[in-house]
Amino acid sequence: MNNGYLDKVIAQKKQWREAKQQKTRDRDAKFVTVSSEPIKDLYTPDDSQDVDFFEDIGFPGEFPYTRGIHHNMYRGRLWTMRQFAGFGMAKDTNERFKYLLKHGQDGLSVAFDLPTLMGVDSDDPKSEGEVGTCGVAIDSLADMEVLFEGIPLDKISTSMTINSPAAILLAFYICVAEKQGVPQEKLRGTLQNDILKEYTAQKEFIFPPEPSMRIIVDSVEYCTKHVPMWNTISISGYHIREAGSTAVQELAFTLADGFAYVEACIERGLDIDEFAPRFSHFFNSHIDFFEEIAKFRAARRIYAKRMRYKYGAKNEKSWKLRFHTQTAGCSLTGQQPENNIIRTAFEAMAGVLGGTQSLHTNSLDETWALPSEYAAKIALRTQQIIAYETGVVNTIDPFAGSYFMESLTNKMEQEAEEYFERIDALGGVIPAIEKGFFQRDIAKAARKYQDEIEAKDRLIVGVNSHKEKDEKLDIPILRIDEKVTKEQIDSLNKMKTGRNQVSVDESLNQLREAARDGSNLMPRFIECAKAYATIGEMIDVLKVEFGVYKEPIIF
Amino acid sequence: MEKKIRVLVGKAGLDGHDRGAKVIASALRDAGFEVIYSGLHQTPEMIVEAALQEDVDVIGLSILSGAHMTLFPKIKKLMEEKGMNDVLLTGGGIIPPDDAKALEEQGTGKLFGPGSESGEIIAYIKDWVAKNRS
Repeated sequence: MNNGYLDKVIAQKKQWREAKQQKTRDRDAKFVTVSSEPIKDLYTPDDSQDVDFFEDIGFPGEFPYTRGIHHNMYRGRLWTMRQFAGFGMAKDTNERFKYLLKHGQDGLSVAFDLPTLMGVDSDDPKSEGEVGTCGVAIDSLADMEVLFEGIPLDKISTSMTINSPAAILLAFYICVAEKQGVPQEKLRGTLQNDILKEYTAQKEFIFPPEPSMRIIVDSVEYCTKHVPMWNTISISGYHIREAGSTAVQELAFTLADGFAYVEACIERGLDIDEFAPRFSHFFNSHIDFFEEIAKFRAARRIYAKRMRYKYGAKNEKSWKLRFHTQTAGCSLTGQQPENNIIRTAFEAMAGVLGGTQSLHTNSLDETWALPSEYAAKIALRTQQIIAYETGVVNTIDPFAGSYFMESLTNKMEQEAEEYFERIDALGGVIPAIEKGFFQRDIAKAARKYQDEIEAKDRLIVGVNSHKEKDEKLDIPILRIDEKVTKEQIDSLNKMKTGRNQVSVDESLNQLREAARDGSNLMPRFIECAKAYATIGEMIDVLKVEFGVYKEPIIF
Repeated sequence: MEKKIRVLVGKAGLDGHDRGAKVIASALRDAGFEVIYSGLHQTPEMIVEAALQEDVDVIGLSILSGAHMTLFPKIKKLMEEKGMNDVLLTGGGIIPPDDAKALEEQGTGKLFGPGSESGEIIAYIKDWVAKNRS
């Protein structure tokens, strides 16, 4: 762009702003994003003058993928509509899976209960009150067999939100497939398997960071050789955002975690172009429409550049940031819960306009309980309306070239780069976790957001504005039958009496040996799974070997 | 000088959602309370033991895992066994109104659901302490 042209734009903008100030007055409001980033009243060519079309925007399916990772995006294939589900016993969730598949869902996504996520069995006193309440209860391979009964694992892809014990659940999945006659080479799906964000945000950690990283690299190494279509890590910003971070923090911390996995795998001696194509990402889509779209675009560009230039990846697949999106649970309100349908629809639209590969839309009742069948169906229908009715899928990356969008995308990239420098200065992601760096910044942002709501600097409909008097909650609430705990424990006990204790002990001993001698743990988990050792039994062996993590207290 | 109100902000059970607990803990601290944060993954016994050790006026539990119908009554019972009848048990989280009502009828203090403001919580605790602790 020639300077004369820009000078003219800048001069005329100055005149326009003077006229604007003479003739009008802005409302008494703060014009900032949900992350408190100030937004200008108008964007013009000078705001995006640093953007080079070829270097920074380019074409879909081509480096640096700002516009999307596929040449044809949704004109080829729509995103995968993948609703996260899980509650009660395996048989309950199996029914919900079949219901969702019947209503047009493409892939499965398993929510596990807290005892499963924390690696304790259902009969452990620590599990009291938590069995099957916020996900499905899985103690051993026997439960996993029920979970996928009648669902052919060669036809469906499955995402599993599991972190500390991720490798164990993957071992169960491989064993279920084997029983169905499906070889592991054919399995498609995603393991969340992202421990770093557990220390900073979701807080379902078991072991300290170093041995946790070892287990993750073990699973990546195993899958690269034996389960080649499996997405080994879903590097997750979702929980970072839900814990209260800003959009830039979500972007920067998530990508930093991803690069830490890349570095750990390289250190193991793995070839980046063999493992990186199976890394995927998982972002939040919050309520601030433009900021979210800019975040997704910036994420792809930063990732592509770093993978190519910093880590030297040569395979194009290693440069492409593929991601799943979930709408923001933390943006939903308990008050007037029907309004959450609208919030979710806007957030989902931002995910689609940001080029997501798969999407979960939250249900209207999620601030009160797990989704009822009724609410889950509306959430799925929201995606279908975006896909089939709104027309947003017709063209690729429609916001490209917008002065505002390009300037916002650039700004997010720059701010993320500044965070990477700060993390490097602390010695990398793990030392930064140990120093409480992420935790402190996230807690500060969460507090600020709450303060803004309480000061009414930020209005939330139904919460601090447009409230209804004497509001009564009038939506169906999913309740987990109290019998679940007892039935699950009975079924666990029954399974234990039927198994061969000698094989259990032998497989657990071998697991202990492998933990000590540093050999890959994946084959050992598979052997333990086949012997019907429980998750708790395996984790207990490893707790002795690896220790348990205690987090620094920061608030 | 007026004695500071001592509050244990607790995370019981396996739930790792600590956003709310931390926001409330820091808001209470800024409002002049003495705040002790339990940290994550505490058993009911650990929570009650910490409350006794720290001689708190109030236990505030944050539960987003759906285990509230188990954890609140269990902690209430342990408090009674330890003679902590003049300590307030309150809290908040993902708790449907019917459950909150049932727990309040069983002797738990007021429970604060999504959208609650820290100002309300601060006022409630100050009022309770003024009436019940001398």
